[in-house]
Amino acid sequence: MGSFDFLDEVRRMNGRQLYYQVLNFGMIVSSALMIWKGLMVVTGSESPIVVVLSGSMEPAFHRGDLLLLTNHREEPIRVGEIVVFKIEGRDIPIVHRVLKVHEKENGTVRFLTKGDNNSVDDRGLYAKGQLWLEKKDVVGRAKAFLPYAGIVTILMNDYPKFKYAILAFLGLFVLTHRE
Amino acid sequence: MNSFTSRLNSLFAFTLSVMAALTFCCFLTTVFNDHIRPVELNVAKVLVKNVPDYSADRERSDLGLITFDLSTDLQPIFNWNVKQLFLYLTAEYKTSEHALNQVVLWDKIVERGDNTILDLKNAHTKYYFWDFGNGLKGNSNVTLTLSWNVIPNAGTLPKVQGSGSHKIVFPDQYTSGRI
Repeated sequence: MGSFDFLDEVRRMNGRQLYYQVLNFGMIVSSALMIWKGLMVVTGSESPIVVVLSGSMEPAFHRGDLLLLTNHREEPIRVGEIVVFKIEGRDIPIVHRVLKVHEKENGTVRFLTKGDNNSVDDRGLYAKGQLWLEKKDVVGRAKAFLPYAGIVTILMNDYPKFKYAILAFLGLFVLTHRE
Repeated sequence: MNSFTSRLNSLFAFTLSVMAALTFCCFLTTVFNDHIRPVELNVAKVLVKNVPDYSADRERSDLGLITFDLSTDLQPIFNWNVKQLFLYLTAEYKTSEHALNQVVLWDKIVERGDNTILDLKNAHTKYYFWDFGNGLKGNSNVTLTLSWNVIPNAGTLPKVQGSGSHKIVFPDQYTSGRI
């Protein structure tokens, strides 16, 4: 089998088949997008599935584990819960456990977090001068856990070349393989 | 059609679906467990000081100083879909400023295979019991409870409160000086 067989495959297709392949590819991309956006609506979270990127919650979560999040507005934040939050000036959201909660009568809440595997709380990670997190910082709360399922994301993060190789391979595969 | 790579591909896809189905069945077998266990809690020393909180805003805040006794056996919670328990001792109370305060005083990770019988006497807290303000002096309704977050091999992450609590009554006077 030659390595450029797929080009012959494309050459042998007629116009109609080519359109079909391209449309097929578009279907895959758009259904993935629909599932993601649909999950956003159901869970109320802007990022319903996250991959654990650091070891700060070991031994509960390791790098590459998958978490399902929800973020319903009426759900209160309580200690012991695992929240995913964003800090100003940091791109990557953090997955840590709530250590302290102070909630006022009107529902405004301030809370402090800590990683299970860290020896101190997260005040050193927060923005300069920030002592507490608020509800607006929360991306979601961890509701379910699946081990190893996000390992490909970790590989793609650590080796960007691997990411482009995978994307190129998948794209070609979908475009050239006939049903 | 029957090339080596296509056989490898279908073998991989089939393995993945079988593993996903088995994981889901494993999750289904444990989804209805309530994970509740009795816990005996008691406090020995109860003091309150009013000192600047240098870990936060440097304002003078109430700092509770307690030692506690705890005994429970968590063995029955462990089944084939429990990887780890994250235990945390929570103090919950109300102050004039905040309708709900929750402060984690102590926590512990119990992994599968670890000793599940806990019997602490006169134990010190792991974290400082800082109030947000001055709401501990004379506070006679601070409830101490032990809860745990069940970390499965795959599945939901239930947060369970052990049955049994202890009410702490803080003294009306601040303790000054070293203890």
